[in-house]
Amino acid sequence: MDAILLQILNGLDKGSAYALIALGLTLIFGTLGVVNFAHGALFMIGSFCAVTLSKILTLSYEVVDETQKDFLGNPLKVKTPYVESWFGPEAGGAIIDWAVPLAILFAIPIMISIGFIMERGLIKHFYKRPHADQILVTFGLAIVLQEVIKYFYGANPIPTPAPDVFRGSFDFGVLLGFDPNAIIYPYWRLVYFGFAAVIIGAVFAFLQFTTFGMVVRAGMADRETVGLLGINIDKRFTIMFGIAAAVAGLAGVMYAPINSPNYHMGMDFLVLSFVVVVVGGMGSLPGAVLAGFMLGILESFASMNEVKSIIPGIDQIIIYLVAIIILLTRPRGLMGRKGVMED
Amino acid sequence: MSKTTLTRRGVLKTGAVAGAGVALPTIFTASSAAAYTNEPTGSTVTLGFNVPQTGPYADEGADELRAYELAVEHLNGGGDGGMMNTFSSKALKGNGIMGKKVDFVTGDTQTKSDAARASAKSMIEKDGAVMITGGSSSGVAIAVQGLCQEAGVIFMAGLTHSNDTTGKDKKANGFRHFFNGYMSGAALAPVLQKMYGSDRVAYHLTADYTWGWTQEESIAAATEALGWQTVNKVRTPLAATDFSSYIAPVLNSGADVLVLNHYGGNMVNSLTNAVQFGLREKQVNGKNFEIVVPLYSRLMARGAGENVKGIFGSTNWHWSLTDEGSQAFVKSFGTKYGFPPSQAAHTVYCQTLLYADAAERAGTFNPCGIVEALEGFEFDGLGNGKTLYRAEDHQCFKDVLVVKGKDNPTSEFDLLEVVEVTPVGQVTYAPDHPMFAGGSLGSCNPGA
Repeated sequence: MDAILLQILNGLDKGSAYALIALGLTLIFGTLGVVNFAHGALFMIGSFCAVTLSKILTLSYEVVDETQKDFLGNPLKVKTPYVESWFGPEAGGAIIDWAVPLAILFAIPIMISIGFIMERGLIKHFYKRPHADQILVTFGLAIVLQEVIKYFYGANPIPTPAPDVFRGSFDFGVLLGFDPNAIIYPYWRLVYFGFAAVIIGAVFAFLQFTTFGMVVRAGMADRETVGLLGINIDKRFTIMFGIAAAVAGLAGVMYAPINSPNYHMGMDFLVLSFVVVVVGGMGSLPGAVLAGFMLGILESFASMNEVKSIIPGIDQIIIYLVAIIILLTRPRGLMGRKGVMED
Repeated sequence: MSKTTLTRRGVLKTGAVAGAGVALPTIFTASSAAAYTNEPTGSTVTLGFNVPQTGPYADEGADELRAYELAVEHLNGGGDGGMMNTFSSKALKGNGIMGKKVDFVTGDTQTKSDAARASAKSMIEKDGAVMITGGSSSGVAIAVQGLCQEAGVIFMAGLTHSNDTTGKDKKANGFRHFFNGYMSGAALAPVLQKMYGSDRVAYHLTADYTWGWTQEESIAAATEALGWQTVNKVRTPLAATDFSSYIAPVLNSGADVLVLNHYGGNMVNSLTNAVQFGLREKQVNGKNFEIVVPLYSRLMARGAGENVKGIFGSTNWHWSLTDEGSQAFVKSFGTKYGFPPSQAAHTVYCQTLLYADAAERAGTFNPCGIVEALEGFEFDGLGNGKTLYRAEDHQCFKDVLVVKGKDNPTSEFDLLEVVEVTPVGQVTYAPDHPMFAGGSLGSCNPGA
């Protein structure tokens, strides 16, 4: 029982990342009709926003310390971050420690700008082209973006820890009457799940309860009619692209302490997120979220030794297996709308 | 209608002309005159450096390439000479190899076996490389070693730690300077016993490919021989990024040690996840829970950040060693590039010098001459103490370092501290050891 609960918890944070990426993908597909294979790269760039802010905050000046030697036997250059020198070691240290949460503020304008530039500079030229062309160009863009990141940051993962206060784990076992340490779960993963829930809720509220959101939803249902009413729907869709990029970016920022960011992390999530979108139903925002969490949890269960001993290798194929079963029984996915990608 | 008359003289004449005609295209080409593949005929000799320039091990590949360039500079008489000055063999004179200036071409393995074979093939066939070296993965090393054996060139392996490289997949044309999984187990187990006791229960998470399998087998055998139990061995996909679902079952398995048979990004992520799940603060069976990373790399340790502190592992070489050879290499490399070399850089630099030295001593680039010169070759001064290139399997036998993640690093390079230099006698095994069984060295292939 404790093992099952633990895997459900594991699935929640993995599902949170899938859901956030899939939500952005679905927003772009639902509004602009574009299959954006560069969306994983936006997640990766978000993570590197956290890395970048962390590097900015630790920019240092060097003081030569004659008492210590470097690896060549020369006097050691001791680095002190400017932030610590400006605000004092304690306050400066705290600012550096909170680099990842602060990176949320740093990432929002950057990700929205990247979204605008991508949409206006490249993707808008492919609106009327077949989906295959869109996939090729956005996949190519994803490779370019990851190579750019690799050029500047290298190929190795870069540690980007969570604030000290979130290190360690919460003991759910004691809370639920199990033995101590039976079900423990890292604090930051709980934060990630809560953060994902807030972002998902905010996106839904924005679309549901604002005039802008209402127009976007109307445009998603019937773009032509909304255009005939004199509303510049293209402009709103461009803004939605920016918002989708920001959602993916924020998912990446908060994911940085879970796994050290590397240039390839977007690709690792991209294919799975597309499966999530298809399983959830193309164009369905609630479907994307539901499928994200469902597949995240199933993937965690498939990694259990008890399951792997019955079906070896199931952990590597479970998501695709479930996708096949769902698409055979519900061809439009869990919550897919009629007519989407069926022409 | 004409009548054809066949005479003995006519047949001989025709045969001679036809024979000369068939032979003509090859008589005057270098390759047919050569006794072996890519025999250097001009004033230069070309070496092929096949390293990951893209993909997840690109940073290690870049460091290897730096070391190769440094080795070529030293071989051609440039720089301060590095470890050529401390190398026990004095055959190299700084005038290239046998008077031929050393030139090089590079290939990108992408850490994929097929890409690595393609780039090695291209360097052999198009660029005339007489030796191929490099790599940061055992899968790649084994694939390229097989290709070099077929093509008739020498392969000097880079970073490859699987027992199989000089075990069941060994080849006469292939040589490995780097240590292997068995050696890691033999060096690490006594230190682990000393630190954590004999009554321990281990849980292995293992990357699901040749290197992971052989390391898991080696570490489990070495620790079980000292009284540890192995409660579970779980294979994880090489493409896995989040290991939380594999680590969660460890919590309730009864294990008090987690052995991470992971390298590169796998190691960074699995160690980070294990620390996040509070394993290091956990008490099991009345003991502190411990994590072990049998194969350490400084470049990779950097990715795991503070999580490596206090965690034991093994390594082939470390820049903090104080012997003359290591210091010469660190000075040479550090002065040129501004930071200390990695173990990957060290092993490929050594391999390049060892190849060049073997060619000088053999007086030929013929792979069979090189094989003869390297087999049973004993040397010193290259940073690992007295070393033997064993004839039976072409594996180097030398001291192995047991290291620990440093608690108080003084710089971004100062991540590991050497806990013990395990003497070569403790990590030596018989050529017919069961973990290395199967396959045979075969005979050298000069190609051409």
